[in-house]
Amino acid sequence: MTPNGGILTPLIKQNCQILRNYLEAGGYAAARKALAMAPDEIISEVTKSNLRGLGGAGFPTGRKWSFIPKNSPKPKYLVINADESEPGTFKDRYIIVHATHALLEGIIIAAKAIEAHAAYIYIRGEYVEPARVLQAAIDEAYKNGILGRKVLGTDYELNVYVHRGAGAYICGEETALLESLEGKKGWPRMKPPFPAIEGLFRCPTIVNNVETISYVPAILANGGEWFAQLGSERNGGYRFYSVSGHVNKPGVYELPHGTTLREILYTHAGGIRNGKQLKAVIPGGSSSPVLRPEEIDVRMDVDSLAAIGSMIGSAGVIAIDEDTCLLEVLEVTSRFYHHESCGQCTPCREGTGWLEKVLARMHRGDGNRQDPDRLWDIATGIMGNTICPLGDAAAMPVFGFVKKFREEFEAHAQYGKCHTGAFTSWQPPARPGA
Amino acid sequence: MPNITIDGKTVEVEPGTTVIQAAEKLGIELPRYCYHPGLSIVGQCRICLVEIEKMPKPQVACYTPVTDGMVVHTQSEKALRARKDVLEMLLVNHPLDCPVCDQAGECWLQEYYMRIGQYDSKMIEDKVKKNKALDLGPHVMLDQERCILCTRCVRFCDEISKSHELGIFNRGDHAELAPHPGKRLDNLYSVNTVDICPVGALTEKDFRFEARVWYLEATNSICPGCSTGCNIAVHTNTERTHHAQGRRVVRLKPRYNPEVNQWWMCDLGRYSFKSADDPSRLTVPMLRQGEQWIETSWEVAIEAVAQKIKSTAADRVGLWASPQLTNEDLFVLKKFAGRLGLTRVAAALAPLEKPVSDNFLIKEDHNPNTRGLGLAGFPVETKASADLLQQAADGKLAVLLIFSHDLSQSFAADAVTSALAKVPTVIFIGPNRNATSAAAHFILPAAAWPELDGTFTNFAERVQRLRRAVAPLGDARPVWQIVKLLGKPLGVILPYLESEDVFAALARENSAFAGMSYATIGDLGHQRGEEAAAVKARRLNQVPDKLRIIPIFG
Repeated sequence: MTPNGGILTPLIKQNCQILRNYLEAGGYAAARKALAMAPDEIISEVTKSNLRGLGGAGFPTGRKWSFIPKNSPKPKYLVINADESEPGTFKDRYIIVHATHALLEGIIIAAKAIEAHAAYIYIRGEYVEPARVLQAAIDEAYKNGILGRKVLGTDYELNVYVHRGAGAYICGEETALLESLEGKKGWPRMKPPFPAIEGLFRCPTIVNNVETISYVPAILANGGEWFAQLGSERNGGYRFYSVSGHVNKPGVYELPHGTTLREILYTHAGGIRNGKQLKAVIPGGSSSPVLRPEEIDVRMDVDSLAAIGSMIGSAGVIAIDEDTCLLEVLEVTSRFYHHESCGQCTPCREGTGWLEKVLARMHRGDGNRQDPDRLWDIATGIMGNTICPLGDAAAMPVFGFVKKFREEFEAHAQYGKCHTGAFTSWQPPARPGA
Repeated sequence: MPNITIDGKTVEVEPGTTVIQAAEKLGIELPRYCYHPGLSIVGQCRICLVEIEKMPKPQVACYTPVTDGMVVHTQSEKALRARKDVLEMLLVNHPLDCPVCDQAGECWLQEYYMRIGQYDSKMIEDKVKKNKALDLGPHVMLDQERCILCTRCVRFCDEISKSHELGIFNRGDHAELAPHPGKRLDNLYSVNTVDICPVGALTEKDFRFEARVWYLEATNSICPGCSTGCNIAVHTNTERTHHAQGRRVVRLKPRYNPEVNQWWMCDLGRYSFKSADDPSRLTVPMLRQGEQWIETSWEVAIEAVAQKIKSTAADRVGLWASPQLTNEDLFVLKKFAGRLGLTRVAAALAPLEKPVSDNFLIKEDHNPNTRGLGLAGFPVETKASADLLQQAADGKLAVLLIFSHDLSQSFAADAVTSALAKVPTVIFIGPNRNATSAAAHFILPAAAWPELDGTFTNFAERVQRLRRAVAPLGDARPVWQIVKLLGKPLGVILPYLESEDVFAALARENSAFAGMSYATIGDLGHQRGEEAAAVKARRLNQVPDKLRIIPIFG
C-alpha cells in the first residue's frame, strides 16, 4: 500500500489495536521515555519534528503545546479530535481501528507534555465500530497498567475517556467540540480565549487530531530531527491521504509530505477508473478549492497548495472524472454544508442555504445568466464573516468551482442542461424568442 | 489605558473595553442585533463587522477588545461591504411583511436596510417557512420567521431572569427560537425579551396590533409598582383615539438607569398603567345623597368638604395619607394637616396577602413612595392605620379623609364597612373607584400617576421624577392641587402653582431633600446625600439619549 514502509502503516498491518501486537512492535517504549522526560523536553522534541496539525488547520504541534500556561492552578486537559466528518476524509477511522495503541501512546506522551491527567477522545457518532475498538483498547491498557493511577508503573496518573458525538459536522471544530463535550449544544466559541488558555470546562486544553497524536510516539522514539527529515521543508514526517472518487484504487495512503497530487492519483490510487480523463480534483476534503487537471503536479503540502489557491486541509483527495457534472458536485457539497451549518451566526446560517437553493434551481434547469455571479456574491458574503471556519468551508468550494469551471456553470445557467462529456459538439436547443 | 483610533478619531478607554463600546464613546453608531450591554457577548449576528488594521478579516466590534494603538475603520469599503452582506443574509429568509408587522417603525432590520443596505434583492428562491404566532407565554407571542436568532431573549432568560425557558433548536437556516419542551415563557420578567428583540419576532400580547409605534409618544417616568422605582418610558397614544380601545397609555418600556433597574422592569410593574384608563376611573367630584351619587363641580365639592372640616374639632378629623402619593402631594398634605392641627393621621397599610417579591427588582413593598412618606413625616408603621380604623369604629371620628387606599385590601371587609359606617363624613380622594370609595360621602377625583408631574423616593432614598404623559382624565387633579383647593376656605394658604414650586419648597424646608431640584434629579434621579458635583459629573457622563432610550441600544 505504501512505499518506504511509512510510519504508522507497519503498525496498522500488525493489527495494533491489540496490545500484544503493539508491544511486539516496540509499542509504549516511547511513552516510557517521555514519562522520564521533563514536559519542556517533550515539547522541544515535537517542535523540532515540524509536526503540523493533520486535522486540517496545519498549526505546528509543538508550538501549540507550548501555549499551555505553566503556572495555571487549573487542571489541564488533552482532547483528541476524532470527529472526522469532512467529506472525502476517512484516514482517522483507519488509524483508530488498526493503530489504536499508537494513538493511546501518543496520548500518554502529549498528556505528559502538557501535564494533563485526563484525556478525552471525542469520536464521531457514526463511527460505531471504531468507538468500540477504541474502548476495547483503552480497557486493555487500563488492565495492563498502561493507563490509570500509575501509567506504565510511574507516578503519573492519566485517565482516558471516549465520548461519542451525536452526529454533527460542526463538532469537529475544536471549540464546538469542547461545547459538545461539556454537554452543551455544539456551537463554536468566539476566540480568543483560545482553548490552550480556556478550553474544556474553562481550563487550559490542547485539542489535537487523531493522526497528529498517533505520530508522536515515533517522534519520541526516533527524535524530532529524524521525523523532520522525512517530510518537506516545513512539514515533518508523513501523512495519510484519503483518496476517493473516480480512481481505480480508492483508499488510505501514508506518504511523505510533498508527494505530488499526480503521483497520489496515478501511481498509488491507480489512475482514473475505466480509462476516463480526469476532469477535476479536490485536494484536501470537500471544503478545499477544486483543481483542474493541469494543476495536479502540485506538491501536497500546506504551502504548495496555498500557493495555487487551494489547501491541503485533511488531505482528502477526491478525483472527478470527465462524465461528472460539476454543478451537481457543488450542489451536493453545498447541501452538506447547509445541512451541517450550526445556525449560530448569520452569514453561514442563511448563506449556506441560499447557495444550495441557487444550485438546486440551476440543476433543475431554472438557472439564469446572473447565477454564477450570484453564487460568487453569496460566497463572498459568507467568507471571512463567520464565527468559525464552517462558513469559509462552504464558500471556498464555490469560489473554486465557479472560478475554474465557470464555462460549465454558465452553460447550465444559459441552457438549463448539463455540460459533461463531449460538450463542444452539443448544440443548445432553440428557445422561443432566442 | 489603551488608545484607539476609530474613523480618524482617537479616544482613551478602560482596559477591556470593546471596539463597539469605544465607538459609542466617540458617538459612532455601529449596527448591532445580538450585542446588548446587559447580556453576555456572543458575536453571532455579525452586523457590527469593522475593518481593523493589521487584521486580515473583518472583525466583530462587539467582541473585539481594544488594544493600545488599534486603528479601526467603520466606514471603509471592506467594513461596509461586510455589513451589507450580513444584512442581506439576515433578510434572505425574513418575511417581507413589514406592513403588518407589529414591530414596523422600530425594527432594526428596516433601519439598517435604509442605512447600510438598499440593494436590489438577488434572492429569487423560496424562503424557509417557520411558525407564525406561536404563543410563548402569558404575555409574549413569537413569530419564528421574523426571528434573526440573535439569542438576546435566550440569554436574557439564562442570565437575567435565570428561568431558562428558551433555546435555539435545529440547525442552519432551519434553526428556530422556541421554548424548551414543556416550558412556557412565564417568568416575572418575560416581557423584557420583547423589549430587547431587535426585530418583530417577539411581540407583546397586550400591545400587539393595538397601535402603530409612530403614533406613540414616549415620556420618561417612574414605575409605581413597588419601592424599587424602575425608570420607565410611558408610551401614549392620544391622536388616534380609535386605536387600542381608546386607551391613552398603551404600554410601558423600561428605561436604562444603571443605579436602579439597568435595562429591565418586571411584568407586574409593566401592567400597572392599566388603572389609568380603566372604567373605574373617577373623573368628576361627587357627593352622595342617600344611595345616589351626584356629580358636582369642584367649587361645590370643595366648599361642602371644607365646611365639614371647619365645623369639626381637629381631634375628630382623621387623615389617611398614602405611600402611593408623590413627595409633592405628601409635602402639601403634611402642611395642610399641620396647620389644621390634625393628629389622627395614618398612612401605610399592610396588605392581607404577602406581596410578590424577589431579590432582583421586585420589592415586597408594592408602594412607590413609602420612603418619601417617612421623610415627609407621616407614620410608616402599619399600626397607625389599625389604630385609625379602630378610632373610626369607636366613633371618635367625625370626618375622615382617605387618600387612594382601598382599606378592604388590608382589613377584613366587615371591619372596614362597620368602621366607616360610624364616621359621619368620609371623603375619598383617589384616581379609581374601589370598595372604600363606595363607602364614602364625598369623592374628589385625583389624577393617576401617568398624569402627574412629581417625584417618588425609592427604597434606597433615590428621588426620581415622574413626568406627565397624559392630561388628567375629566376633572381629575393632582392630590397636592386638591389639598391646595381644600386649604383655601380653611385658611391654609398653599401658594404653589406648579409641582416644581412644591418641590422647591420641599427642598428648602425638609433637610432630607436639601440640595435637590428637578434639574439635579434629571432623568436618572438624585440619590439622597449625593454631592452636587457627583450629580453634575453623572449627568455629563450620560450615554447620549439616542443610544440609551432606543431598545436595541439598551
